[in-house]
Amino acid sequence: MTDATPLLEVTDLVKHYAVRGGVLRRRVGTVHAVDGVSFTVGVGETLGMVGESGCGKSTVARAILRLVEPTSGSIQLNGLDITHLGKADLREHRRSMQIIFQDPFASLNPRMTAGDIVGEPLSVHGLATGEKRRERVAELFDQVGLRADQMQNYPHQFSGGQRQRICIARALSLGPDLIVCDEPVSALDVSIQAQVINLLIDLQRRHGFSYLFIAHDLAVVAHISHRVAVMYLGRIVEIAEKAELFANPRHPYTQALLASVPVADPKKKTLKPMIDGDVPSPINPPSGCAFHTRCRYVMDRCKVDTPVLEEASAKHQVACWLNEGTGREL
Amino acid sequence: MAVINYDNELRRAGAHSTHGWRKLTYLARRHMLGAIGLVIMVLFVLAALLADFIGRYDPLSVDSMQRLAPPSAQHWLGTDSFGRDVWSRIVHGARISLAVGVGSTLLGSSIGVIVGLASGYLSGWVDLVFQRITDILQALPLLVLALVMTAALGPSLPNVIIAIAIPLIPTVARVIRANTLALRELPFIEAAKSIGMSETRIALRHVLPNTLAPLIVLATAQLGSTILTEASLSFLGLGIPEPYPSWGRMLSESAAEYVRTAPWLVIFPGIAISLAVFGTNLFGDALRDILDPRQRG
Repeated sequence: MTDATPLLEVTDLVKHYAVRGGVLRRRVGTVHAVDGVSFTVGVGETLGMVGESGCGKSTVARAILRLVEPTSGSIQLNGLDITHLGKADLREHRRSMQIIFQDPFASLNPRMTAGDIVGEPLSVHGLATGEKRRERVAELFDQVGLRADQMQNYPHQFSGGQRQRICIARALSLGPDLIVCDEPVSALDVSIQAQVINLLIDLQRRHGFSYLFIAHDLAVVAHISHRVAVMYLGRIVEIAEKAELFANPRHPYTQALLASVPVADPKKKTLKPMIDGDVPSPINPPSGCAFHTRCRYVMDRCKVDTPVLEEASAKHQVACWLNEGTGREL
Repeated sequence: MAVINYDNELRRAGAHSTHGWRKLTYLARRHMLGAIGLVIMVLFVLAALLADFIGRYDPLSVDSMQRLAPPSAQHWLGTDSFGRDVWSRIVHGARISLAVGVGSTLLGSSIGVIVGLASGYLSGWVDLVFQRITDILQALPLLVLALVMTAALGPSLPNVIIAIAIPLIPTVARVIRANTLALRELPFIEAAKSIGMSETRIALRHVLPNTLAPLIVLATAQLGSTILTEASLSFLGLGIPEPYPSWGRMLSESAAEYVRTAPWLVIFPGIAISLAVFGTNLFGDALRDILDPRQRG
């Protein structure tokens, strides 16, 4: 919405997984991992995506990269619909989107040297070989704050933060327009988290690519994002400019999330949790608004009708019946 | 999947250096039995390679003056009913055992790896078909299958190798498939996909190298049993044809008739078979402990 032509446009993305049981492996249920998600990411923009574990954040990430096939909906990158691209075309377009995973230990092949890992995308796409490839990899190492002489080392010889830097270098190697970060710092020490986040911000300034930044840590998201989307049980419940969302959260779930951020002040009284209980099962999501089972302001209508994302104020969309019609007033 | 970092393990265990000779002597001290197994295997390989030099006699030459001679300075392990030198027949027999053991293990493992990778990585109907064939093959004992194979193919060295290799395929394929299934879910495979690598290349570059450790362990463990199967086949008369010396046939030729009158004809080939199998098994066990501690038990 910040840009006339968004880099990434996801429309009504749905991903259902079949639950099979019995001898005949019949379909006995459906996991509604992602249940109709729409959003855009502008050029050079960072969209933060937060939500509890199991709310479908990672599935959205993987669906965008076509690592999982979406059940329905469409994904447009640079104005091109990549949802149904064939293998060969898709391979070409993978250059423009890359992913950084949460676990830096499992996302590097333990039997390859760091240099080979970072240089592999170049070989796959025939961009550089031999000495040229070595030079390019050394350059990438430099960009992410690793030394070129570490190229011969194996992943186990690096620390968690360094490994994540290798992952970033690998993602950079193809010069992507979009980098999806799937909780890239949640497996790292707090002291290292800041370094990696700052590196990501730095790289964005230098190269101008966009991030879809997935996390469950609000502080991290607040630091890096331009806009923030909040997910609950496979749907986006609120999406707004960062400052607006933090200052003026409209969805009860967002309000609860913000209230739950711990404050580093022992004198400050801990607030009573605004919600309790667990996230309902995505196999059998609640009717109407998925959040109605835990919402303080639940109304009869919430149990029947599903609210859709609507403009509540400028650049602030929310899916909640409480906000119905407020957009027109403002 | 946890990947064992052996250098760290070594350091934690107090090794001062993790390179070269020191690493080797350290491992040898920690796995005494494995080192013994390795020595036996090396001796076995040397015997096979140098058979012409250390054999002293032509293993095929018949000497009617020296029939059933007991062990002596002239014939270290005695002679058989044709007057052939038992020592040189055993040393040359090592060649057959080695050729069959290594040949069939390599052949069986390579096919097993391809089947296992395809089955685990592609899944779907490919997996289903391969797994059902594997089930059928595994339902039959190794020896029975090998027997049927040689009976169908006719006894010759290549045929014996093929006959012993085929029953190995399912075992290897199962292990590789299980490993592949575990690896397939790891983020580095997804990362490889997202950089646009083809499935075949992912399977070969990323999956295969990470299944090598269990494969080496399995192949070494199978080496002993292939040697034993060859001996059994030859004992039953379906192994390597005359006149090439095979330990199994040396046993079967003499077991019934000469076990009382010329026991060296039975004892020495028997020792040779036991030692070779014992050595490979000891080494295989140590290798499993070193490369793959999770499979201990």
